[in-house]
Amino acid sequence: MTLISVNDRAIEVDAALDTPLLWVLRDHLAMTGTKYGCGMALCGACTVHVDGTAMRSCVLPLRALAGRRVTTIEGLSADRSHAVQRAWIELDVPQCGYCQSGQIMSAAALLAVKPAPSDADIDAAMAGNLCRCGTYPRIRKAIHRAAELLAPGRDT
Amino acid sequence: MATRDRPRAKRTTARSEAPADTGRRDFCRRTARLGGGLWLAMTVPAFGGRPGVRAAGGAGTGASGAGAPGAAAPSELNAWLKIAADDSITVLVDRSEMGQGVYTALPMLLAEELEVGLTAIRIVAAPAGDAYVNAGNGGQITGTSNSVTDAWERLRTAGAQARTLLIAAAADKWRIAPERCRANRGRIENDHGQSFSYGQLAQAAAKLKVPKDVKLKSRENYSLIGTSQRRLDTPDKVDGSAEFGLDVRLPGMLYAAIAQCPVLGGRARSVGSSAAEAMPGVRRVLTTPSGIVVVAEHFWQALKARDALEVVWDEGANASLDNAAIRVLLDRAAAADAGLVAKQVGDPAAAIKSAAKSFTAVYQLPMLAHATMEPMNCTADVRADRCDVYVGTQVQQIAQAVAAEAAGLPPARVNVYTTLLGGGFGRRLEVDFIPAAVLASKALGVPVKLVWTREDDMTQDYYRPPAREEVRAALDAHGKLVAWQLHITSPSITARFDPTNKDPFDSVIEYVQNYPYAVPNFGLSYTRREIGINVGYLRSVSHAPNCFAVESSLDELAAAAHKNPLDFRLELLASKPRHTNVLKLAAERSGWGRPRPGRHLGLAFMEGYTSVIAQVAEISVQDGAPTVHRITCVADCGQMVNPRIVESQMESGIVFGLSAALWGGITVGAGRVRETNFNTYRLLRANEMPEIDVLLVMSDVAPGGIGELAVGPVAPAICNALYTATGTRVRSLPLSVHGLATSARR
Repeated sequence: MTLISVNDRAIEVDAALDTPLLWVLRDHLAMTGTKYGCGMALCGACTVHVDGTAMRSCVLPLRALAGRRVTTIEGLSADRSHAVQRAWIELDVPQCGYCQSGQIMSAAALLAVKPAPSDADIDAAMAGNLCRCGTYPRIRKAIHRAAELLAPGRDT
Repeated sequence: MATRDRPRAKRTTARSEAPADTGRRDFCRRTARLGGGLWLAMTVPAFGGRPGVRAAGGAGTGASGAGAPGAAAPSELNAWLKIAADDSITVLVDRSEMGQGVYTALPMLLAEELEVGLTAIRIVAAPAGDAYVNAGNGGQITGTSNSVTDAWERLRTAGAQARTLLIAAAADKWRIAPERCRANRGRIENDHGQSFSYGQLAQAAAKLKVPKDVKLKSRENYSLIGTSQRRLDTPDKVDGSAEFGLDVRLPGMLYAAIAQCPVLGGRARSVGSSAAEAMPGVRRVLTTPSGIVVVAEHFWQALKARDALEVVWDEGANASLDNAAIRVLLDRAAAADAGLVAKQVGDPAAAIKSAAKSFTAVYQLPMLAHATMEPMNCTADVRADRCDVYVGTQVQQIAQAVAAEAAGLPPARVNVYTTLLGGGFGRRLEVDFIPAAVLASKALGVPVKLVWTREDDMTQDYYRPPAREEVRAALDAHGKLVAWQLHITSPSITARFDPTNKDPFDSVIEYVQNYPYAVPNFGLSYTRREIGINVGYLRSVSHAPNCFAVESSLDELAAAAHKNPLDFRLELLASKPRHTNVLKLAAERSGWGRPRPGRHLGLAFMEGYTSVIAQVAEISVQDGAPTVHRITCVADCGQMVNPRIVESQMESGIVFGLSAALWGGITVGAGRVRETNFNTYRLLRANEMPEIDVLLVMSDVAPGGIGELAVGPVAPAICNALYTATGTRVRSLPLSVHGLATSARR
């Protein structure tokens, strides 16, 4: 049994220590919002936050997670109220939607450290998240919109 | 957890043969025939009800469409609509949602006539059933960009019929004439200020005879159609709750990985499975016609055990196949055979012989992988008397047929539950990943989810076929186009369903059958040359490869005629106002003829899916290599249902086209696909995204297709811009194979 923290819950997982966090989340914990895309940290569909940093869960073995705090798309907000989720809905970003959990987690991690990101910041933060449907233009707009929603003093 | 409807099988009448043999229409009919009497005994299970799991893609509800437990059963007004006593409205969508927006656009058609807002509607994926056959495709198929075109009359009529029934039910209750009642925002009202909600009337309405002739609203009265409504599937896609095939979970479910021969077309000669079987969590290793399936308690266990299999492969006929060999096969076939004539106008050969200037060019298109973000997967639950299949598919009936065959059950005993598709692009028109899941579930007596890895997905695709497209054309002394002919040599997509077929039509030549330019002598011929590799339908099937040959050659001919590529096209399209309109608008918006310093422009046009589109690529060039900065896109897609979605599909098609034009190519060495993951199969990334400027033309002709439209013009527009900039003509794709450090950015 390995004790991990997911979305502020301490959870005991009965899985081999080399099991990637992605499959722990999906198959052991029934949290299927985090997606499998490549298994090699190439596409970003599996992006989660570990101690607040965006990381690819498909290459993070369970053994590396002791004492660390994992946040998944399910834990980003209870009610789609995170600024990134609101901006995503407002601009209708998703098409097929499969990569969007990862896109949103990368965007949320970016905004946590850069509340008003430039286009270059967005390029750097989002280059690891592939979208085969081509939602990139709307993702960029939605990140700027989320930054607006997060801006202090705004009535959001 | 969903409430569930009792499965209620309803036999429908036999379906007549599909009316014509064209395109994917053929595909379905023939595949269906292989499926064994599929058309003759189709069931329509009670809608939506799905054992044990959430319904797919609910519009924020996650419910299966049934009312709350204990509530009276909702009333079914037709095959697409159910209204419950609590006023909840459930729409069955019979096309698969793969990003193109059918879970929003199709309900809009119905809601428009039903006089309800979109927020009232819940979506349920339709089961496999004759009621849901796509008339344009001859089967229940999501493909050829015709979901809206096909549904346009059908779903508006369904909405109007339901509205008429609700009005009749209200009129009965009030004992007044139906003409004195009207539908308004989910209620039927009369002149005395009285009203009933739809839920209050649904039960009575469902008992009335469905009216045949109903009047549809005229365009000026639309309240939804033509407006940019928010997608109904978005909310579930921002919190991880949207359910794709990969996310299906059933009680007691096991997980499976599959080992397939790395050489395309090869088979297992012997399988040593004892090491794999001894690994933790492994429950069974079974050999199926699709490959060796390893079933375990968790997917990671199945994957590790798969790696422990000791398989000796019979590599078969493709053991030494490589790209050079494929190229030679096509070149030799083209030289040896003039091809079957698919279309001819005038006498192109004679016209070319006698013309002032003749032109020949060979354009080469590579194989491409679909690379949907969600790899292929299927969950099957086989019981003694039925089989449930949970799958992201574009072909519910064919999925049903192949699952039935694998389960050893009649198709009527197979329920297909369509999940959201994590990308389709034609890959999920194939059903090759379904039987192994069914066989595994049958063998173990529990539900099994079979998941392909990215490597499986990339190396076991039905690839876009490679093509050699040779254009011969002629200009008269005034630079006027007098002949244009195309000879395509390629493996066939269509013929695999009927290997004896001698019809020159094939899905690989379809676009050029509707060659848009006016030319007195025209020819289209096709030489089929198989290469031993599975080929299939990839988004913009013939349009993208054919458009590359057509639009590249048009630019080359314009240069030979010393004409501006825009003027040259406009002359040839002079009789088609929709076509010239989008071309002129694209030129105007892109700054055609006056590019910014250091920038170069290239133009391409396409007519397809009854829409028309023009794109201008703006590039810069360094060391001979292009960087794409901007794509201007002007499209006339007829009557738009939801312009916001149309715009997103233009962006989507352009991104798809950019990846293919710049880097897309599947290569083969020793019979193996070399590109195995996203490190070797390069797709456009966010930081490489050029600016995209989309203008949609308002139009009142019937709706045209949007999902595949924007892919084709991208590559020729870039290559035409590169020619303008450098004088170098690129006739084969992707651009990266020419040693060009191709890139894109704003």
